[in-house]
Amino acid sequence: MIRILTPGLGATVQDLGRSGLANIGVGRSGAMDRRALRVANALLGNAEEAAGLEITLGGFSFEALEPVAIALAGADTGATLDGRPLPRWWARTLLPGQVLRMGHSRTGMRGYIAVSGGLDVPEVLGSRATDAKGGFGGHDGRALKTGDILTTAAEVTGSRALDFGLSPRAWPDLWADGSGETEVRFVPAMEWADHDDETRALFCATGWTIEPASNRIGYRLDGPEMVPTIRRELLSHGILPGTIQLPPSGRPVIQMLDANTVGGYPKLGVVIDADLPLLAQATLGSTLRFREISAAEARAARRGEDDLISAVRRATSHQRKG
Amino acid sequence: MTTPAAHVSEMGESALLIQSGGPMSLDVQRLYWALDRSCRDLPGVTETVLGVHSLLLRFDPRAEVAETAARLPELWSETRPAEGEGRLVEIPVHYGGAGGEDLAELAACHDLGIDEVVALHSAPTYTVFALGSQPGFPYLGGLDPRLATPRRSSPRQRVEEGSVVIGGEQAGVIARTSPSGWHIIGATRVSLFDHARDEPALLQPGDQLRFSVEEVSA
Repeated sequence: MIRILTPGLGATVQDLGRSGLANIGVGRSGAMDRRALRVANALLGNAEEAAGLEITLGGFSFEALEPVAIALAGADTGATLDGRPLPRWWARTLLPGQVLRMGHSRTGMRGYIAVSGGLDVPEVLGSRATDAKGGFGGHDGRALKTGDILTTAAEVTGSRALDFGLSPRAWPDLWADGSGETEVRFVPAMEWADHDDETRALFCATGWTIEPASNRIGYRLDGPEMVPTIRRELLSHGILPGTIQLPPSGRPVIQMLDANTVGGYPKLGVVIDADLPLLAQATLGSTLRFREISAAEARAARRGEDDLISAVRRATSHQRKG
Repeated sequence: MTTPAAHVSEMGESALLIQSGGPMSLDVQRLYWALDRSCRDLPGVTETVLGVHSLLLRFDPRAEVAETAARLPELWSETRPAEGEGRLVEIPVHYGGAGGEDLAELAACHDLGIDEVVALHSAPTYTVFALGSQPGFPYLGGLDPRLATPRRSSPRQRVEEGSVVIGGEQAGVIARTSPSGWHIIGATRVSLFDHARDEPALLQPGDQLRFSVEEVSA
């Protein structure tokens, strides 16, 4: 069991999200940086679908009420355990009374904490992720508050305490930060063809600014106005996390994990799943660039993500067993 | 009816979208309901998402999407409209009052009396074209064109669950308390979505819906 001392700006229980229910309007939800949550679960030897905590912009702390094995992942939040720094991408066994704090992240947006066995919240519609719009899943369908108590699915038994992690030298990709400029890859969608070569080139050449109003629902981008050669009034159609829409303002919006299941704005493309974690960590006000790739290349990138998680599991298995 | 044109496009690495243009037509939507049923069994398809005149197909990321993309135009041309009527669901509405704060203004903007708006809204049998936007929210066809009203210039931050609303040419019922730019003309106690029910969504695409007058307040 852990008790939340300070919840920060928005801490929620998330797993890899819901699927199969978009037809009744239920969105995906789940970790914005699924790579980070997967790494955290891999460090602890948890199942892929184990639920953990997503902490936005830090300012979060909790107290262990019993021995609990945790893993830290995602943004650099300057985490401390009883005041002593705890490295990023690190697994550690906490003793009762110990307090873990996350500071305010400067080089990323979202930190993740996995617990041994996953957080023990009820599965709702096939997932433990918080659906903020629907008000279900996670911890009572809402963001965490001071005093909330969460239980872990697996008890820590008498075996040796965990204290290991992934070094920047061996895992440089994980230690890269999102503070400067982020490049994400996208596959063009239907209305990409409604733009002339010049406008398409402008889209890919522009360093778009991520507006402060960006969140788990969507990212608003500021930059030059994108003017299509044909303006279409579309009927509502299914969309996915990563869909880049172009509202009449001419400034793109990227739909994220808490987005609506349908939308009506023209679509320039879809950010590939493997790059959604980069978007999740791109700081508000930072610069975003787009690179066009094919669907086949995007599927290869997704396999690369799976390979990374397998590599983490392999590289750390002996440290879990002791 | 001749089958309207439909365009197939990629939606990211492992999804396809097939869509036709407007205006909203029950005949066209019947084709998409039928296409939805036949596409669920296609190889590699893990999920289908109905829209208005559209269907999104999600694939297993390991599946080959190109073959299905090539087959879709033929499948579309062979699709016949889904037959039969869905269930008829009645939604009792308290029009106006605190739960329907825009009723008087909407009536005035169309130069209609409040009773005329209530009569026009509760007369038709509406059809659920698709569900989406929020859990359980129905896209309804069948609003009397005399009630079509452009959305509010700025959305309300909070519209209560159960609000009976009009936005553009569509009627709707807010399924989850949320921001909305639609006009609120009444309220119902019927719950459109409950995650704890065996069937969380009250309505399914193809179902029919009638609003009945429970009470009218000025």
